[in-house]
Amino acid sequence: MTAANATGRLSLKRGSARSPEQAGSNQARPAALAVGGIAVFAALLAIAPLASLAVIAFGQTGDIWLHLIRYVVPTALVQTMLLLAGVAAVTIVIGVGAAWAVTTFEFPGRNALSWMLALPLALPTYIVAYIYVDLLGSYGPVQSTLRAMFGFKTAAEYWFPNVRSLGGAILLMGLVLYPYVYLAARAMFQTQAAQLTEAARMLGARPFRLALQISLPLARPAIAVGVALALLETLNDIGASEYLGVQTLTISIFTTWLNRGSLAGAAQIACIMLIFVAALIALERYGRRGRAFTALSQQGARFPSRIALKGPTRFIATLLCLVPVVLGFLLPAGFLISEVIARGLLVGFEPELIRPALTTVALAAAATALVLVIGFAAIAATRYLRRSLIDACVNVAGIGYAIPGTVLALGLLTPLVLVDEGINAAIRALGGGSVGLILAGSVAALIIAYVIRFLAIALGFAQAGFARIAPEFDDVARMLGAGPATLARTIHLPLVRPAIFGAALLVFVDCLKELPATLLLRPLNVETLSTYIYQYATRGSFEEGSLEALIIILVGIPAVLLISRHADAQIVPNS
Amino acid sequence: MKSVCGRVLPCLVPCLALAAASVTTPALAQGEVNVYTYRETKLIQPLFDTFTKDTGIKVNVVSAASGLEQRIRTEGANSPADVLLTVDISRLEAAVRAGITQPIKSEVLDKVVAPRFRDPEGHWYAVSMRARVVYASKDRVKQTALNYEDLGDAAWKSKICIRSGQHYYNIALFAAYIVKHGEAQTEQWLRGLKANLAQKPSGGDRETARDVAAGKCDLGIGNTYYYGLMMHRNPAQKPWAEATKVILPTFKGGGTHVNVSGVVLTRHAPNKANAMKLIEWLAGEQAQQMYANMNYEYPIRAGVAINPTIAAFGKLNPDPMPLSAIADKSKAAANLVDKVGFND
Repeated sequence: MTAANATGRLSLKRGSARSPEQAGSNQARPAALAVGGIAVFAALLAIAPLASLAVIAFGQTGDIWLHLIRYVVPTALVQTMLLLAGVAAVTIVIGVGAAWAVTTFEFPGRNALSWMLALPLALPTYIVAYIYVDLLGSYGPVQSTLRAMFGFKTAAEYWFPNVRSLGGAILLMGLVLYPYVYLAARAMFQTQAAQLTEAARMLGARPFRLALQISLPLARPAIAVGVALALLETLNDIGASEYLGVQTLTISIFTTWLNRGSLAGAAQIACIMLIFVAALIALERYGRRGRAFTALSQQGARFPSRIALKGPTRFIATLLCLVPVVLGFLLPAGFLISEVIARGLLVGFEPELIRPALTTVALAAAATALVLVIGFAAIAATRYLRRSLIDACVNVAGIGYAIPGTVLALGLLTPLVLVDEGINAAIRALGGGSVGLILAGSVAALIIAYVIRFLAIALGFAQAGFARIAPEFDDVARMLGAGPATLARTIHLPLVRPAIFGAALLVFVDCLKELPATLLLRPLNVETLSTYIYQYATRGSFEEGSLEALIIILVGIPAVLLISRHADAQIVPNS
Repeated sequence: MKSVCGRVLPCLVPCLALAAASVTTPALAQGEVNVYTYRETKLIQPLFDTFTKDTGIKVNVVSAASGLEQRIRTEGANSPADVLLTVDISRLEAAVRAGITQPIKSEVLDKVVAPRFRDPEGHWYAVSMRARVVYASKDRVKQTALNYEDLGDAAWKSKICIRSGQHYYNIALFAAYIVKHGEAQTEQWLRGLKANLAQKPSGGDRETARDVAAGKCDLGIGNTYYYGLMMHRNPAQKPWAEATKVILPTFKGGGTHVNVSGVVLTRHAPNKANAMKLIEWLAGEQAQQMYANMNYEYPIRAGVAINPTIAAFGKLNPDPMPLSAIADKSKAAANLVDKVGFND
C-alpha cells in the first residue's frame, strides 16, 4: 500500500465540500471576485504575446516547411527530446537524491549542505557553459596538464570528452537546474507527515523502501513541478545550447527567423514548441490526478526525526552531497573569483557598475512582487471560485515560462505599442500632446516581460502549497461562517508562506539572470548586470565580465539563504 | 493577510518607484541622438564618447543580439530610434527590406565611402570592414596561401575548426561561395568542409583559435579583428594568437571574402539632423582610426592606416563581388547548411 492511498483513506470525503451551491454563493464575495479577476488578467497577459505571435505565424511562409521538415525539424526534435530527457534524469537524480539525503539522514556538514545545494540557482546557465568549456576545453588547464603528463603534443592525439556536445549540455544544464527539483523535493520531504514515516520505520521499513513507497509518492507533485520548471528553462535556453553546439527547437526558431528569413516560419516552430510545453504540463497533471497529497493534520506536519549515519557511510553521504555543490557552484564561482583577481577587475572597479546593479535589483524586486501577488491570487481563485474558466486561465497563465525570451519579447512588442498608441490617442483627444511610448519605451516593458515569463514559477509553487492544505480546513472554516477573505487570511496565507518564499527566491534570481528579453526590450541607456556580461561574452572574452557575473551571484545568494531558513522555520503551521 | 501581504505590498511600491526612477526616459529634445545597435556598447562607447566630446550631442544607446529591426518596425512612428548600427551585409539589406530606413543623403559621405560600400540609394553605408580568413597553426601548417576552395579538400580531413554554420559570419562566406560557384558546387564544397571538421561546429571565433593553438585542429575559420583583439586586448588569449598565423585566403581567380559593419538612418528618426552628424562622423578620420586601432577592423575611408597587426597579414585583396549579391544568396546559404547537415 502506498502512502498516497493511505492519505486518501484518511481524508474526509472531499466531495461534500464541493457542492455547486456553495461554490455559487462564493461568487458574490468581493475577495473571491478580486482574485478571480487577477486570474483572468494573468491569462490575458500571457496570451497577449502569444496572440501577436499567432498573427505572425499566419503570415506567408512560402515553401519553407518542405525544407524545414526535410532538414531542420527532425534533428531539432530529436536533439530537444534527448536534451529534455537527459536534463530530467540529471535533475531528478541529483535533486531528489540530495533532498532525500539531507532530510532523512544526519551526517557531517548536513546543515551547511542543506542550503548550499540550492546555490547553483544563482548562476546563469550560459556563464557555466562558458566556464566549463574554458576549464575542460582543449586549451584549458585539465587537458594542458594531461598533455604535459603524457607527452602529447596536440589535442588531436588523444580522446577527451568534448563539453561542446549534447552530453555536455545535458550535464551542465542538469548541474545548474537541479535546485528546482531539490528545493521542491526538500520542502515536501520536510513537511511530510512524520507519523507516516515513523510508523513505517517502526514496522521495520528501511530508509530506501521508505523513500520509494512513502516519501517519493507523497512528494511527486512537488518533484513534478520542479522538473517541469527545469525542463521549461532548458527548452527556452539559447545561449548555452548555441555555444555548446546543440541544435534545439529554440535554436531552429532563431535560425529560421534570422537566416532563413522567415519570421512566420519561426513563429510556427515556436507554436510547435508550445505543444511540447502543453504536453509536459499535461503529463504532470495526469500523474497527479485522483490523489490526495495533503498534509494530514497539524500534528502530522512536524519534522520526521533524522537517522544518524554511523561509520564511513556518513562521509559518503557528505561527499555525494558535496559533488553537485562543487561542480554546480563552488568551481564556477571560484573560477570567476580567480578571474576577477587575475585580471585586477576590482582595482579598476567602475563606480558606474553600481547603476546597472541597482537597476537589476530594482527590476527583479518589482517583477517578483507582482509575480507573487498575481500567481498566488490566481491559484487562490481556483480554490475559492472552483470555476472551469478560472482553471483554464491558470493553465494558460504559466505558458510564458516556456517561450524563449527573445520570442516573448518580440511577441510582446506589438501589444505594448498598441496600448501606447491607445494612450497617445486618448491624450490627443483630450487636447494633450504625444507622450511617446509609455510602456514599450520604458522599464515597464521589462517588468511586464518578467512577469509573463516567470509567472509559472509562482503558479507552480502556489499550486503545490495550496495542495498541501487539506480541504477539510476550508470546509471547517466555511461551516464556521468564514468567507474567502477570512479563509485566506487565517488559514491559507500562513500555510502557503513557505511556498511564497520559495517562489519569491526563484523568481527574483531568475529575473536577475534574465538576458534575452532584457536585451531586446530595455529602453535607451538602461543596462542590467546580465546585459553587461553579455557585452563581454559576445566579444569572446566573457572572463572580463567576471565581476558582473559575481555580483549577480552575490545578490542571488542572500535569496537562497532566505529560502533555506524559511523553509526550515515555517514547516509547522501556526494558525 | 497581514503577514504576507504586509511584507510584499509595502516593498512593491518603492520597488516600482525605484525601477521607474532608475531610468531616464529618452528625451527627444535637441542635442541627442538615439542609437539601436547590434555592435556591443563596450566596443562603440569610446566612439560615442568621442563624438559627444566633439559635437556636444548626447548619444543614447540600446544594444541587442537580434530583433532590433522588428522593434523599430513595431514601434512605428513613435520609435525613439534614429540610427541602427549593425554588422553583416545581410542584416543591412534586411533592415532596408523591413522598410525601417530612409535614404542618407550626404555629399560628405559619398566623397569618402566608395560606391561598393554603400547602398545605391543611400539606405545603408558601411563604416568598417573585416575579412573572414584562416587561422593556421604555425607549427603544423606550412602553407602561407590558401584558396577557400581548398578547405573542402580531403587533404584537410579532420583538421578544421569552425563555429556554427548558421552564424551570420559563416552564412556570408558560404553565400559568397554561391555567388562565385553556384549552389551545386557550393553544396559539394560544404560537404567536403563538413568532412574536414575536427569537431562539431560550436563556440565562437576565439574558441576556434584556441583549438588551433591546442592542436585540436590545424586550420580555423575566423574574422581578422579577433586576431588583433586576442593579441593585444586579452593577455590570457595572447598565446592563442601567437600559436597561429593568419592566412588571407582568396577565391580561385578572385579575392578575399569581406563583410562590413554599417549604419542605417531610421524612417521616423526623431533627431534626424543629429543622426546625420553621427553617421558622417563615423566615416570621419578620427572614428575610422578608432575602428582600425581599437577594434582591429579595416577602415572604410581611403587614406586611413590599417593597424600594423592586421596589415602584417599581407595586402588584403577584397573580392570584387558586390556586397548585395552576398545578401541575396544568404538564404540559399542557410538552406545549404541545413541540407548538408553542417552543424550535426
